[in-house]
Amino acid sequence: MLIDEMKYITPEISLLCFALLIVVVDLFVTRKGVLPILSVIGALVAAFFTVGLWGNGGISAFNNMIAIDQFGLFFKLLILASLVLVVMASNKYVLKFEKFQGEYYAVLMLSAIGLMLLVSAVNLITIYVSLELSSISLYALVSFLKDKTSSEAGLKYLILGAVASAILLYGMALTFGLTGSTGLTAIADYFRTSPVVGAVSSPLLLTGLVLIIAGFGFKIASVPFQLWVPDVYEGAPTPITAYLSVASKAAGFAVITRILMTAFGQPDWLHAEWAIIIAVLAALTMTVGNVTALVQTNIKRLFGYSSIAQAGYLMVGLAAMGMAMEGNADIRSGIIFFLFSYALTNLGAFIAIIAISNKINSDQIADYTGMGKRSPLLAGALTLFLVSLTGLPPTAGLIAKIYIFNGAVDQGLLWLVVIAVINSVISAFYYFRVVKIMWMGEPASQDKVTSSWPEWTALAVCCVMVVVIGVAPGAFVGLTQAAVKMFGI
Amino acid sequence: MNLNLLSWIIFLPIIGIIVIAVLPKPGQKTVKWIALSFALASFLISIAMFWMFDRSGSAIGHMQFEEKIAWIPAINAYYHLGVDGLSIPLVILMTFLGVVSVLVSWKIQLRPKEYFIWILLLESSILGVFCSLDLVLFFLFWELELIPMYFLISIWGSGRKEYAANKYLIYTLVGSSFMLAGILSTYFITHTFDLTALAGISITSSFIPLTVLFFLLIVGFAIKLPVFPLHTWLPDAHTNAPTAASVILAGALLKMGGYGMIRLCVSMLPQIAVQYAPVMCTLAVIGVVYGAAVTMRQTDLKRLIAYSSVSHMGYVLLGIFALNQVSLAGASLQMFSHGVITGLLFAMVGLVYDKTHTRDLNNLSGLARQMPIIVVVFSIAGLASLGLPGTVGFIAEFITFAGSFASITIAGMKIFTLIAVTGVVVTAGYMLWMLQRVFYGYPLDKYNGVKDADAVEMISTFSFVAVIMAVGIYPAVLTNVINMGVAPIARLIGM
Repeated sequence: MLIDEMKYITPEISLLCFALLIVVVDLFVTRKGVLPILSVIGALVAAFFTVGLWGNGGISAFNNMIAIDQFGLFFKLLILASLVLVVMASNKYVLKFEKFQGEYYAVLMLSAIGLMLLVSAVNLITIYVSLELSSISLYALVSFLKDKTSSEAGLKYLILGAVASAILLYGMALTFGLTGSTGLTAIADYFRTSPVVGAVSSPLLLTGLVLIIAGFGFKIASVPFQLWVPDVYEGAPTPITAYLSVASKAAGFAVITRILMTAFGQPDWLHAEWAIIIAVLAALTMTVGNVTALVQTNIKRLFGYSSIAQAGYLMVGLAAMGMAMEGNADIRSGIIFFLFSYALTNLGAFIAIIAISNKINSDQIADYTGMGKRSPLLAGALTLFLVSLTGLPPTAGLIAKIYIFNGAVDQGLLWLVVIAVINSVISAFYYFRVVKIMWMGEPASQDKVTSSWPEWTALAVCCVMVVVIGVAPGAFVGLTQAAVKMFGI
Repeated sequence: MNLNLLSWIIFLPIIGIIVIAVLPKPGQKTVKWIALSFALASFLISIAMFWMFDRSGSAIGHMQFEEKIAWIPAINAYYHLGVDGLSIPLVILMTFLGVVSVLVSWKIQLRPKEYFIWILLLESSILGVFCSLDLVLFFLFWELELIPMYFLISIWGSGRKEYAANKYLIYTLVGSSFMLAGILSTYFITHTFDLTALAGISITSSFIPLTVLFFLLIVGFAIKLPVFPLHTWLPDAHTNAPTAASVILAGALLKMGGYGMIRLCVSMLPQIAVQYAPVMCTLAVIGVVYGAAVTMRQTDLKRLIAYSSVSHMGYVLLGIFALNQVSLAGASLQMFSHGVITGLLFAMVGLVYDKTHTRDLNNLSGLARQMPIIVVVFSIAGLASLGLPGTVGFIAEFITFAGSFASITIAGMKIFTLIAVTGVVVTAGYMLWMLQRVFYGYPLDKYNGVKDADAVEMISTFSFVAVIMAVGIYPAVLTNVINMGVAPIARLIGM
């Protein structure tokens, strides 16, 4: 019964209720400090419901539209966690908006709902609809500052996003035309019994697959669909940049993993063919991201290119997953682990950047000179996150890289891993440039840079997690191994 | 009985870091005493461990003081520590240098809290490299060492410190990225990260050619050692690093390269090592001669000692790739010997610089009048470096050359050895010339007021001298242990 199945989307429903509640409360309450508290409570309630569903692994609801599996639930929790951290980091930043603070939180939560549905969708139509829900919310959020760069960023994101959506939709339509179905498992059934061998012999399949990868390539910022990233990251309100680089990207990877594994995972010729496409894109993505990052002077643009590079490392994992004939659960858990530690690291870094920019009102790396003297704690935390992004111990970043490269070497992608490790060396150059500027050189002013307690809390959580995962990853590896369970495989 | 001694040795400095970090605004005095006590505790435990080390014949080929706990079950990685005759001298060397590097930094005034935190972290990570028996753990400690060294050079250094720190970072990262690829490939050929299991199993692979694997692994070690032509980071890093960092860098950090070559490359892939030994020996000989020749021309005291390191580490490389039990033992002892001697030389250069504020040989002269104690200690270090009998330098070089000359595994070792021995002559040349220019000749009036070494400086430098002399007069204290460590490796090569 449909009504019985409503319980499977309780996290989304509860989050929606809180989003609407915030809009209403915003109308009547003058003390806006209550709004972030409500958002955090909403996210925690949704997380509570999500955890409650954990035991139900591997079923689908609403006529195969939504899957309830550990894979999706894990990403829902990751999205909710980043929502909480982003809200905590926004509490001072929203003062820049003057108006519409309630809407800011509500739209942020709506986009989270979209992403949560996206990671559990198992039908091309649900995938498209939830993708649009999250994207449209994000278009609004990116232009929330309403100044020149923010509006330009929003418009750019909207236009390029719309093009990407159209490409994706076209790919989905072609796939539907070939297989006669939009359900991922039904598509998989078609290929299992299909007479086609080799995508090259079927132009319809080849075009459809390439267009779908291209559509999601926009979401995860893979080359050559990465052009929007630096401008949007620079122009958007910084908490939204953090959200884009973490929650939106994690959901993008989750859904592309799910589509490739469920719909195009069998037979062997099929997954080997998309693996090659992804491997080449991965090599390009990390190289372009890292090399362009070398010359950036704005910290948000730097992180934009850095997030492109990190997406490249993740795609190494995706390619390895495609190369694996069977037993690729370890590689999948590697991807999940990397996303998990990347999310914590990048969010932490952005929270530190937000705290610093609240005070100095600048995103220029040059203005970070002497930050080690003005705020040793913030600079220390940012250093830790940069070390983790470089992939050095004792941080989560190193373990994540070893884990994902491990899987790739296992699948014979040694050439790709060599490119990836050389890229890690290049990345050290620009990550440590920021470190150097913060700790060496005299500060322009003696003003201490401090922050509010929600920001400190969020920052402390990220720092502790990054170090704990880096030193004792056992428990988290166990968690990500549990999270590989996917509906339909 | 399992006291987890190795964990204590590695993590005592880290506990010291936590203590220093949680103290609100500690004074410079508090910080340095805390750092000293934790470094000293670690040193005393390592001495106790050395004393308890099982030297009986049945212990050959076995790790001692082992600890093994599952760490990342998903990739079969263990928290696995242990020492054998190869690593225990290096562990003691590092804990010893940990203590003296704190003493050498006794007068540091710039940001002392952070400074001692980085020194202790550096000590922990290098100790971790020498004690790890799991490749993932080994790699983790190997990379960890970068961060403290980067900050030590770039904040407390002098001259072009940021350039030097960046160069060091990039060089090391390039090496370790190849090493990571090598370690992962090893794992997929053998399905284990366990170093004890990897030594001596015959590896065959259709996956990648073993030669490629060998070179992936050795590049990182070759950069660290450093092997010509990958040595160019070293003079910059040394010259611009603060004294204590130079002491640790020359004393222990370079040895990670030699240790890694023996432990990973030679033990795991003995056949490939034999095959490419002539190439490595050629590089070693070039390093010895070229390093010594370049040293001659240096006018900056620190740069001079740094280039002499390039030359002396050439002996280590020669000893390793002569692939003979005696030469391997010689290389291991040479690592220890170079660690204390060059450590002392850098400490002495630091003292001279502290007193006179110059390292330029052209501005120094006749200091023997003004600082007699420093002159004596500096001369002992210099003579030990050129291999004077009675010092550890002589024993180490003698065993290395005796071993490599006698090696029949590799063709042409006699020629390589003969060329390398000329390095000793040049060393005598530049060391004596340097001592003469700095300490003898006409005393300069501008240095009339300089003080000689004070009590703390005497403690740190005399303890170096004690080690140099003690091992020089009774080398069996180390060679017995080292032989136990290299015997199984020599057996692998079939010599």
